[in-house]
Amino acid sequence: MAEFVKMTGIDKAFSGNQVLKDVSFDVLPGEVHALMGENGAGKSTLIKVLTGIHPRDGGTIEVRGKEVTFSNPKEAERAGIVVIHQELNIIPHLTVAENMFLGKEMTIGKTGILRKKDMYNQTLENLKRLGVTNIDPNETAGNLSVGRQQMVEIARAVSTNAEMIIMDEPTAALTDREIDSLFDVVESLRKQNVSIVYISHRMEEIFKICDRITVLRDGEYVGTERIADTDFEAVVKMMVGRELGERFPARTSEVGETIFEVKGLSRDGWFDDIDFHVKQGEILGVAGLMGAGRTEIMEAIFGAAKKKKGQVILNGKPLNIKHPQDAIRAGIGFITEDRKDEGLVLHLSIRENIALTNMKAISGKGYISSKKEVNLIDDLIERLHVRTTGREQEVKSLSGGNQQKVVIAKWLGIEPRVLILDEPTRGVDVGAKKEIYNIMNELTEQGVAIIMVSSELPEILGVSDRIMVIHEGKVARFLDREEADQEKIMQAATGGE
Amino acid sequence: MQQTIVNNLSKLGPLIGLVLIMTILGFMSDNFFTLDNLLNLLRQISINALIAFGMTYVILTGGIDLSVGSILAFGSALTAGMLASGMDPLLAVLIGLLAGFAMGAFNGLIITKGKVAPFIATLATMTIFRGATLVYTEGRPITGLSDSFLFEMIGRGYVFGIPFPGILMIIVFFLLFFLLRKTVFGRQVYAVGGNEEAAKLSGIKADRVKIWVYSLTGMLSVLAGIILTSRLNSAQPTAGTMYELDAIAAVVLGGTSLAGGRGRLYGTLIGALIIGVLDNGLNLLNVSSFYQQIVKGGVILLAVLLDRRSK
Repeated sequence: MAEFVKMTGIDKAFSGNQVLKDVSFDVLPGEVHALMGENGAGKSTLIKVLTGIHPRDGGTIEVRGKEVTFSNPKEAERAGIVVIHQELNIIPHLTVAENMFLGKEMTIGKTGILRKKDMYNQTLENLKRLGVTNIDPNETAGNLSVGRQQMVEIARAVSTNAEMIIMDEPTAALTDREIDSLFDVVESLRKQNVSIVYISHRMEEIFKICDRITVLRDGEYVGTERIADTDFEAVVKMMVGRELGERFPARTSEVGETIFEVKGLSRDGWFDDIDFHVKQGEILGVAGLMGAGRTEIMEAIFGAAKKKKGQVILNGKPLNIKHPQDAIRAGIGFITEDRKDEGLVLHLSIRENIALTNMKAISGKGYISSKKEVNLIDDLIERLHVRTTGREQEVKSLSGGNQQKVVIAKWLGIEPRVLILDEPTRGVDVGAKKEIYNIMNELTEQGVAIIMVSSELPEILGVSDRIMVIHEGKVARFLDREEADQEKIMQAATGGE
Repeated sequence: MQQTIVNNLSKLGPLIGLVLIMTILGFMSDNFFTLDNLLNLLRQISINALIAFGMTYVILTGGIDLSVGSILAFGSALTAGMLASGMDPLLAVLIGLLAGFAMGAFNGLIITKGKVAPFIATLATMTIFRGATLVYTEGRPITGLSDSFLFEMIGRGYVFGIPFPGILMIIVFFLLFFLLRKTVFGRQVYAVGGNEEAAKLSGIKADRVKIWVYSLTGMLSVLAGIILTSRLNSAQPTAGTMYELDAIAAVVLGGTSLAGGRGRLYGTLIGALIIGVLDNGLNLLNVSSFYQQIVKGGVILLAVLLDRRSK
């Protein structure tokens, strides 16, 4: 079978910094091809070179056997190559049909008068081609869930006769059910001979839906394997260049006395009567479906969102937390799920970001001591192995894993007694993931109580000492590490017995 | 390496622009580079600079303050009224400044607790404070002020031949510079403007930071107003009209981002100097005030366009 796209010997450098070295990548018609690599391995750059956002320094690109050079994504689109970005290109105030035909509206002749009825029907048709029948073309796009918006965008791509769709982390913001629908769509596209390039950090998904996998490391091509011929460990080894060993490090801390308790925490319409405790040196995993209220519970504990009633008790003393500041003073840290919107000030330096939560430690009477600040920041950068050119680097330019380490560093400085981590490894590559687990381990050895919210079941099972499952705003079940498995958690999370 | 050079160049951009404009004006007018004129310039820019310093803080938090001119007018009228009625000048000035602080705090409260967009909130208070000034002055200038040494000094005085308003402006500059770069509060200003949500979750009371910033700006506006009042030896009810625009222009020329979180106070000082130098130089060249406006607007536009280019 002839390749649909064939990239050979691609080189690319940004101001002297070589980001792609002799990279080859080919995609067959109708295959689902995973493009993998750690953050900063060059996946996005490769895609940008393909679609003409960045000009290449060397190498050739062939589409349908003909050598091409696209100078912008529009040209790539005309050749049948469409990228679905993580940040969707949907205009929320317009309807589904209006979004579908944005920039290529159907009109009566050249009058500019819209043929609304035709566009409505065509939208239905486009969605049906993907097997999607539950979206109304007249619905305002912003009212749809992220998963459905994504369907609209894929349908739009297909309607332009795309023959290759590149999906960048398509499942990052989807619920489990939405992920299943996405996989159905991928399956139906495969049958229609559309190629998919699938970029994701979620190994389970790769093995579930992909045919082949290409791995990049530090801008270099490592190899291409058929999924059937490889396995999890082998792929990880290709990605990080060495044996990573156990995916989850062994838990080493001694679990001590109960240090943190939550009693009867409630907020109308969000969560109800939440009771739980965490012991010193313990990791409590919090599982549940997306939208079950896990994040909202944590925000309420931390004082970032309202609670109706309930008690938060630390060291036997009830706390009165009205603002995150109160929680921080009590020794509670909160690593939020969305590091870009809530965790970091992206254009500030590593130093300024870490300093935000640590003002008390580095200042006296409101005056910041540069010496204390620099010492603290450098210590934390070293302790967390943040890969950086220095403390003054903008966090924006760090890879996802290193950004996450900066977020964690913010909270280590306050020497928390309780640390809440909400999806601590989302969008983080395997190598950095393991480092984050190691940090969590280290903290529990020092007696810190950790609450970890995660939507990745293997992570919940691999890291937690105890698991709390939330279902529709209520505690559905507690499970000990020994008795827990994926089935039991899913059952509790979906409301089963 | 390359990046740091580019970075430094963009930081120096406003300064290079200022030097360029001054050089051109120096060639065109023999009177420009005289000591007298330069000292005069320092006095001329002090009023706009003081307001623009406050505006820098406000814009760094991601806000804007359109009411500075009206706050200036009300604060000056109040101070002038108290002086005219024979109050102790020091006390009158302090009460005036306090009134400025209070008006700014009012802005801050509307914006944070009332959750009104800064543009709208200060647009409304701009009108309210102006109206209050007209009510208080009955629409007439207040004259017959104190002939006390202190009050004359503020706007008209010299220390070692240097105009006192200029000295005052520079002292305030260093205080505010220190506040912004070296204190917890300054860091919080940048964080709130850069990402308010992240700042809050880091334990920063964003509302409180904003209220302080608007209060500070209100107080600085009245300080500028008192300089103006002392210079004219009278308070005009229409004083400070459109001053917000020159202040915002100075901030923007200095490279501070209107989106918040990014910028420097030193840049604002340069920005205020650029505007002042243009006014001063074009006057020396006898350019009509109609054309002056076109040139000034053109320079601002050019600066912003060049800034876009370099990004």
